[in-house]
Amino acid sequence: MSIKTKLFLYGVLLVLCVPFVFPTWWMITSSFKPNAEIFSPSLLPSSWSLEPWRQVFDMQPFAQQYWNSAYIAVVVTIGTLVVSSMAGYAFARIRFRGQNALFLVVLVGLLIPSEVTIVPLFRIFNSLGLVDTHWPLILVPMLGPPSVLATFIMRQFFITLPGELEEAARMDGLGRPAIFRRIALPLARPALGAVAIFTFLHSWNLYLEPVVYISSQTKYTLPQALTQFTDAYQGQLWNVQLSAASMTAIPVLIVFVIAQRQFIEGLAHTGLKG
Amino acid sequence: MTVVMDRAAEARSAPPRRRGFWTTRRRDQLTAYVFITPALLGSLAFVFLPLVLVVWYSLHEWNVLADTFNFVGAENYRKLADDPNVPAVLRATAFFSLGLVVLNLGLALLLAVLLNQKLRGTTFFRVLFFSPVVVSLLAWTIVWGFLLQDNGGINGLLDAIGIDGPNWLRSGGTAMAAVVIVQVFKNVGLNMVLFLAALQGVPQELYEAARTDGAGPWRVFRSITLPLISPTVLLTSIITVVGSLQVFAQISVLTQGGPGTSTTVLVYYLYQQAFQFHAFGYGATLSVLLFLIVLALTVLQWQMRKRWVFHEH
Repeated sequence: MSIKTKLFLYGVLLVLCVPFVFPTWWMITSSFKPNAEIFSPSLLPSSWSLEPWRQVFDMQPFAQQYWNSAYIAVVVTIGTLVVSSMAGYAFARIRFRGQNALFLVVLVGLLIPSEVTIVPLFRIFNSLGLVDTHWPLILVPMLGPPSVLATFIMRQFFITLPGELEEAARMDGLGRPAIFRRIALPLARPALGAVAIFTFLHSWNLYLEPVVYISSQTKYTLPQALTQFTDAYQGQLWNVQLSAASMTAIPVLIVFVIAQRQFIEGLAHTGLKG
Repeated sequence: MTVVMDRAAEARSAPPRRRGFWTTRRRDQLTAYVFITPALLGSLAFVFLPLVLVVWYSLHEWNVLADTFNFVGAENYRKLADDPNVPAVLRATAFFSLGLVVLNLGLALLLAVLLNQKLRGTTFFRVLFFSPVVVSLLAWTIVWGFLLQDNGGINGLLDAIGIDGPNWLRSGGTAMAAVVIVQVFKNVGLNMVLFLAALQGVPQELYEAARTDGAGPWRVFRSITLPLISPTVLLTSIITVVGSLQVFAQISVLTQGGPGTSTTVLVYYLYQQAFQFHAFGYGATLSVLLFLIVLALTVLQWQMRKRWVFHEH
């Protein structure tokens, strides 16, 4: 490749990445701008103000909301890993009566977006007295459509494991549960990692469900809390809102920067195996 | 493997397996049933049961505030057919999906081809293009809402070069386009990575052979690259189309369905009817419509694969 072509390609890439990088940059830098400066199109604040970052915690129980999102995402992720790896393993490696029919039952869930079922689910949770609790935000993602996708991905992975490994373990007297736990699961680390990433991101970003189910401010999750930073006249307090938005974006961005290779490959893997 | 070895030593000293009813095969089956039980119960409780119920509810008039729940037969479906908003909603939904799929797949493919060149630093660019995927959806949407408002950053930049930008999210002609653009940049990195993986699977010999035959870059791309990555194109298009039908947060934060109904997509309309206007029966009817659309599109795309997906044998 000639130098000219290379320079041209770099130029194209640099221009293309502006709309991908600029909003995040703008969000973080604007969050340090004093309110008077918020609309000035400067790349950096003229004076760095920590005031908006402090106000976030004054205006809402933000630490509590942060905890809500974090613990829900962790519980959902762990639960999905357990449920989907067990089911995926059984469907991939054990022959049992009704296997295909039962797999079809699970598979149909892939076709049904959770938005389709939100009205009846609301009624079910309402009659159980679980509206305005975190249960719907935990149970539905852990066992509903997102978990179905996870089960499918795990099954596709377990199918590719060589059978000799299990036969060797069986000769050594291990039963199925032990083979699963000691042989298959450790080998499935890449698939488990991928499922963990997309489950966590899915839960972290969930918006329609919290808006529908949760009404008390102390029970809000982060996406819901982010839309509530307004003044007495319902005007948006941009710098406070952008500070809060930065705080919700930063933990995932940090993990991503540290583990970007596994992150990207993990997510690519889940797509490819489908 | 060490685990297997360790266990081998233990097993030799273990008592011989009991014969009788609990044969290995039966034990295996029992394990399988235990393993699939949570997933199966989850599917039944959170997918099938609500799916059946949504059809049942769509035959009812149900107002939570008034606490009424009456069987009305096909009334909600008649209402659906007569609802003057529905054509506009379907148009908005189709516009969003079509715009998103075309721009998303086109840009993802362009980026993947660029990053597949033998260039230094492609990993760096890969990370930059992918980064919006991990920024939380609401944070991404809020900052774009900030950039796109009348006196926001985009118009500030346009101002600097002497262009008077429109109020992107508040004018009928630009609101939907703006929402599509925001979503494209959010998720294009995901499709880009899938395409990159597919591109790296194309055998180099094919490229070399084509070049020896004197084919130009565009010809090579059309006749070799595109057919060979077509299964990935199919997969990403299904994922993107179904995902695009589920858009809610972006609409809710950026435009609330407006101006007018220009950005009221189906899920947003469903939410408004059921949870803002408390017309749950009608909301259920709209849910059934959404399900039928998703089903039809998936079946259609699956059928189309025979036509244009090329399989290497």
